Amino acid sequence: MDFLTLLQVLDSSVRLAVPLLLACLAGLYSERAGIFDIGLEGKMLAAAFAAGAFAAVSGSVWVGLLAGIGASMILSLLHGVASITFRGNQLISGVAINMLAAGMTVLIAQDWFQQGGRTPSLLTEGRLNPINLPFADMFESIPLFGPTYSELVSGHSLIVYVAFAFVPLTWWILYRTRFGLRLRAVGENPASVDTAGVSVIRLRFTAVLICGALCGVAGAYLATGLQAGFIKDMTAGRGFIALAALIFAKWRPWYALWACLLFGLLQALAVRFQSIELAGIVIPVQLMEALPFILTVVILAGFVGRAIPPRAGGEPYVKER
Amino acid sequence: MAAPAASTPLALELKGISKAFGPVQANKDISISVRPGTIHGIIGENGAGKSTLMSILYGFYKADSGEIYIRGQKTNIPDSQAAIAAGIGMVFQHFKLVENFTVLENIILGAEDGALLRPSLAKARKTLKTLAEEYELNVDPDAMIEDLSVGHQQRVEILKALYRQADILILDEPTGVLTPAEADQLFRILDRLRKEGKTIILITHKLREIMEYTDTVSVMRRGQMTATVQTKDTSPEGLAELMVGRKVLLQVDKEPAKPGDEILKIEGLRVVDEAGVERVKGIDLTVRAGEIVGIAGVAGNGQSELLEVLGGFQDATGSVTVNGQELPLSGHGADGQARRAAGIAHVPEDRQKEGLIMEFSAWENSVFGYHHEPEYQNGILMDNKGILAKAADQMERFDVRPPHPHLAAKNFSGGNQQKIVVAREIERNPDVLLIGQPTRGVDIGAIEFIHQQIVNLRDQGKAILLVSVELEEVLSLADRVAVMFDGQIMGERNASETDEKELGLLMAGVTGETS
Repeated sequence: MDFLTLLQVLDSSVRLAVPLLLACLAGLYSERAGIFDIGLEGKMLAAAFAAGAFAAVSGSVWVGLLAGIGASMILSLLHGVASITFRGNQLISGVAINMLAAGMTVLIAQDWFQQGGRTPSLLTEGRLNPINLPFADMFESIPLFGPTYSELVSGHSLIVYVAFAFVPLTWWILYRTRFGLRLRAVGENPASVDTAGVSVIRLRFTAVLICGALCGVAGAYLATGLQAGFIKDMTAGRGFIALAALIFAKWRPWYALWACLLFGLLQALAVRFQSIELAGIVIPVQLMEALPFILTVVILAGFVGRAIPPRAGGEPYVKER
Repeated sequence: MAAPAASTPLALELKGISKAFGPVQANKDISISVRPGTIHGIIGENGAGKSTLMSILYGFYKADSGEIYIRGQKTNIPDSQAAIAAGIGMVFQHFKLVENFTVLENIILGAEDGALLRPSLAKARKTLKTLAEEYELNVDPDAMIEDLSVGHQQRVEILKALYRQADILILDEPTGVLTPAEADQLFRILDRLRKEGKTIILITHKLREIMEYTDTVSVMRRGQMTATVQTKDTSPEGLAELMVGRKVLLQVDKEPAKPGDEILKIEGLRVVDEAGVERVKGIDLTVRAGEIVGIAGVAGNGQSELLEVLGGFQDATGSVTVNGQELPLSGHGADGQARRAAGIAHVPEDRQKEGLIMEFSAWENSVFGYHHEPEYQNGILMDNKGILAKAADQMERFDVRPPHPHLAAKNFSGGNQQKIVVAREIERNPDVLLIGQPTRGVDIGAIEFIHQQIVNLRDQGKAILLVSVELEEVLSLADRVAVMFDGQIMGERNASETDEKELGLLMAGVTGETS
């Protein structure tokens, strides 16, 4: 593999990692507050559809982005009402959201656009366009650094940079602010927060809504950044991979970055190398494409160390006497 | 009225507080006055309404009627925030701490000064230092809660309240989880707080604590405040009578034991838990016919694991024999059924999780573990009629109230649930009775009855192994006491030749024999 191929693989790893990273951080906020969320997938899908549809109709990617965030936040509000207000089962609520999104997106897309459940292809204005960082052209000629800068660092859309900036930001919020302290506390022992005179319900709703907003950005990126429009089931399990990455990352922001980059790399390799010959054996492309999912299963089965989830995770909070 | 006009207002005054949960009247027209700078005890049986009353004070529940006055001011307490603002601090029986946070983080949680943590943490560190000097409340501010002893965790709870400038401190059953030495320390701290002018409300069911440390005591019974008296004018017997409504025997009435042959023999018993931690580190113990051997110790020092092994739901290595028969300690034959067949009956520590199925009725619960036995079968069906009749008879004889076999287990009070379990296990006429925390959450009246049943069984020549975190109970009920600490037996004493002080040291891991 020459240097340029390596750069290209890494470059597409970054782009493929972005939706995972956003969804993973989204899940981090929710689960750190003690609300398990397996509905990341459904929220992303709904956001992808809303972003694709509104961007196509309005011709503006920003309208699409806002619509995506809005759609995802409505679903997270649903999850919040079911699991916080009515103390329902968080897994069931999440599954319901996934099913709802899978069906409704295609149904509405067909009703609105009659293109077989997809949204119209987006033109340039409807898409997230790459930003060329300053000096990208100037540094081009410098060996190693130049191409790395212009290929890998520069030339991504705004959301990519935002997603990466959210890693240190999330860390800072979690460990350096009052909100972060309370968020972590409510996921570990909500009674401690309640007896300290802080509303458990308000905190958890805030967390769930942040989760919705980030999932919305992730979904909008799929429809307007990675591809040009919404197609049926376009999330393709990314919500679940993000969930696996979250467990792999032990619910910590920096680990989440590395976990998502790893999954991004696996996806990029599968896209780039349709079949690899190793010691005379040809690895079929199907296996390559299955790799991220195989890793997901391995992680979820608990082979990669012991991950201790937030202690109050999945438990509705009921005041005890 | 003859009472002189007080120069300082009462710290706390409740007037006619009532609270009902559906048809259950948890608090009925409760009035109480607490003078500032005193320790005011509130004593009552389980379900007497103490916790409900305190939850109302801390804003967890809203009273149906009644008024709360704090320092003479009428105060509304709709939520915990308001309680904190009114200067009320609460130390719950189950601590409300975040286990994987540091002491400092727990202290500032909810009382931060701004959106950023750093200044709050710095301020808390300073305040903590002053508080530590003022009240001898030393805790490492950077320690993780999960690494602290229970006694220190409790100090963090007290510090939390003081950091929020509480001057009325409510403690709910604070000594339930402490060693006697830790409890003494706690009361020294409380005494110090009282001297500094803080008001302390101590909720407990332990008569000794009330007698030794409080200035005034209020007694609750069935949701009502039955009396408020000066502690120095009362006696344990008097308080017990006020709590239960009749004369109660506080001492266990028993003859000296006449031990016979060795029935249960434990040698080199070791238990390693799922996380790989050795919980029981090589125990040797024998229980003879006609004696009660009590295991004393602070919760979590391997007593539970010991009971689980003997009861057949925890694997172990070593040797356990009953009447000379070796019992398998893991794999096939190491289960509850096999243990019962070997003559071991078990009243587990947690009756609600291990002793009963709460949703099932009393008669069904009365045969669990023995339900496969031929006498309960009728062909391929169960002989429900027969079981029901036996259960009704059992409940009558064991004074279960109400004696309705069709009532679900969850609808009985703690004491009556325990009687259902004790009845089931004793009725099978076992050679060995394992009994864990026989009177946890059981009211004084029922304690007397259950203790009497255990002594009767002993006098029939059975071997009884008693595990209890209540040192008083072990001392008064057992003939021989073994103290467990950190998975080991620190020493064995005859109950008649030892006292709380000596056992307390052993419970803290201090053996006097080396010096």
